[in-house]
Amino acid sequence: MGGPAAVPEVKFEDVVRPHLAYLYALAVRLSGSRAGAEDLVQDTLLRAFRGFPRLRNRERPRLWLTRVLTNAYRDRVRAFRGTDPGDLSADEPFDLFDKIAEEDPFPYSDRVHLDFLDLFDDAKIIEVFQRLHPPYRVALILAYVYGFKAREIAEITRKPLGTVLTWLSRGRRQMERELWDYAVRNRLLISHQEARV
Amino acid sequence: MITCKEAVARLWAYLDRNIGRVQEDELEGHLGLCRHCCGELEFARQLRERLKRSGATTEIAPEVQVRLEALLARLGEREGRGERG
Repeated sequence: MGGPAAVPEVKFEDVVRPHLAYLYALAVRLSGSRAGAEDLVQDTLLRAFRGFPRLRNRERPRLWLTRVLTNAYRDRVRAFRGTDPGDLSADEPFDLFDKIAEEDPFPYSDRVHLDFLDLFDDAKIIEVFQRLHPPYRVALILAYVYGFKAREIAEITRKPLGTVLTWLSRGRRQMERELWDYAVRNRLLISHQEARV
Repeated sequence: MITCKEAVARLWAYLDRNIGRVQEDELEGHLGLCRHCCGELEFARQLRERLKRSGATTEIAPEVQVRLEALLARLGEREGRGERG
């Protein structure tokens, strides 16, 4: 009488099953391969099973499972334990738009930015994306592919909001640089600077 | 009016709706006049869309689904027996 209301018993299987396809898709994005993704999801399920009794907010299982999967991924990737590469443009300033203006690869176009992006099909975009520093890639995937807000990403990764905003900003900058380097390396465009060397 | 450099620095935050009202007004004022920065905004918007689309095409193969469901079922049985870890 008057004691705390009993918490209804929720089964692990019932909480997790609706998110299985999502977890797999996220794992493919993070690990970059389907084989790696299956292994990562299996690890995630085992970890989630162990942590399930401690799950306080069962109304947000997707966010919780995302955190478990992200942790499992982090534990596998050395880059998360190493030092942050920092602002990659600090030593060698790079600005994609300055570069496009300077190199002028589309001299007769009035939509040069989009012409540049059109050089990449989806497979190439993914290939370039896989080259990003892992923490940056995680933040960008969670934000742009799955629509998590920056404060939710902070909750998922257990990092301060400022760190997440830095990851997003540096990740976008690295992405632009990698896109340019990929285009030059694969002769999708001719860099006049390269041609002069 | 803000410079192109300041405008470009705010573009992604603008798309993320993660920008203050005053900064947003300044940026929109700049975009109304600067064709170059409009191009950059469109680039940022399109790149976001391309990243989003790249995640929408990953379907789980039936045999993988079966294996993961089987693991889930085994964990469910362990939970039923009161086991954990």
